[in-house]
Amino acid sequence: MPRSRFQKQATEASAPESVEEKDSKVQLREPATQVTPTPPPLSADAEILARAQAGDHHAFADLYSLHKRRIYSLCLRMVGNVAEAEDLTQEAFLQLHRKIATFRGDSAFSTWLHRLSINVVLMHLRKKGLPLMSLDEAMEPSYDDGPGRSFGAPDLSLTGSIDRLALERAVAALPAGYRLIFVLHDVEGFEHNEIASMLDCSVGNSKSQLHKARLKLRDALRLSLRKGDRR
Amino acid sequence: MTTDPKSMSCEQFQAQLSDLVGSGADVDNHSHIRECDICRQLYQELKIIAEAARQMFPDEQPEDNLWERIESAIKKEDGIARAD
Repeated sequence: MPRSRFQKQATEASAPESVEEKDSKVQLREPATQVTPTPPPLSADAEILARAQAGDHHAFADLYSLHKRRIYSLCLRMVGNVAEAEDLTQEAFLQLHRKIATFRGDSAFSTWLHRLSINVVLMHLRKKGLPLMSLDEAMEPSYDDGPGRSFGAPDLSLTGSIDRLALERAVAALPAGYRLIFVLHDVEGFEHNEIASMLDCSVGNSKSQLHKARLKLRDALRLSLRKGDRR
Repeated sequence: MTTDPKSMSCEQFQAQLSDLVGSGADVDNHSHIRECDICRQLYQELKIIAEAARQMFPDEQPEDNLWERIESAIKKEDGIARAD
C-alpha cells in the first residue's frame, strides 16, 4: 500500500534485517535433500482465499468477516454516509464474488480488494453525477476558499490535539471531490500520480484539491474549537 | 517566472504550498516559512491535520445484517446465472 508524503519518514525508520540474522537463518536451513521442492503450506488466510476462489460459499463468508470492517470503513470515509457506505460495501463484495477467480496473486489480496472497492465507489459517484474533480472548484476558488482566507493573524491554534469526532465530522462535511482526494491521499496513503490516474485528472489538480481540502478542514476544526471554548 | 523565496508574499508562498508539499520538498526549512509566523503556523496545522487523519480513523463495523443482504444478492445472481 502506498504511503502519504507525511507518512514516509516514519516508515523509513524500520530497520532492515541484520547480517547476523540473515546468517543465522542460513545456518539453520536444512540441507536440500529433495529433488522436487515441496510448496510451502498455505497460511490460514491463503487457504480461505483458495477455497473461496474454488467456489466455497463458507470460505467466502469468512473472507467477508476478515475484510468487512476495512472495506466498509473505506466506503464510509469516501462517501460520508452510512446507508450509502453499506450499499457500496455490498456492491464491493458482490463484485468480489464475481471476480474472485480472476485474482492471480500479483499483489496482496487485501490490496487488490481495496482497489476493487475504490473503483466501486468511484463508479457510484460517477453514476450519481458527482463531478469527481470539479475544475470550477480547482481553477476558480470561491471567496471563502483557498489560501487567501488564511491571511491575517491566526486566532486559534490547532497545535497539540485534534478531536477525532470533530475531524470525522469535518471530513464528512467536505464537498465530495475534496473528501475523495483527502481520503485517498491522507487516509489511504495513495500518491498524487495514482489518484490522478484513478480520477482521470492531472497531478496538479489532485495536489490543488488536497490542499484546499486541508484548508477547509483547518477552518472547520478551528470553528469547532472556538465553539468548544464558548461552552 | 520564479520568485525569490525570501521576497515572496504570503499569497505567493501559499499558492505554491500544495506543490511544495506534494513534491516532498523540505517545507520546514523553506526561507519564507522561516521568516513568516503566519505561514509557518498554517503549514504546521495542515501537517497536523494530515497526520491526525492517518491516526484517527478507526475501522468501523458495518451493521450485522449486511452479510445477509450480500448473501441474498449472491444467491439471486447465482440463480440467474444457472437459469441462463
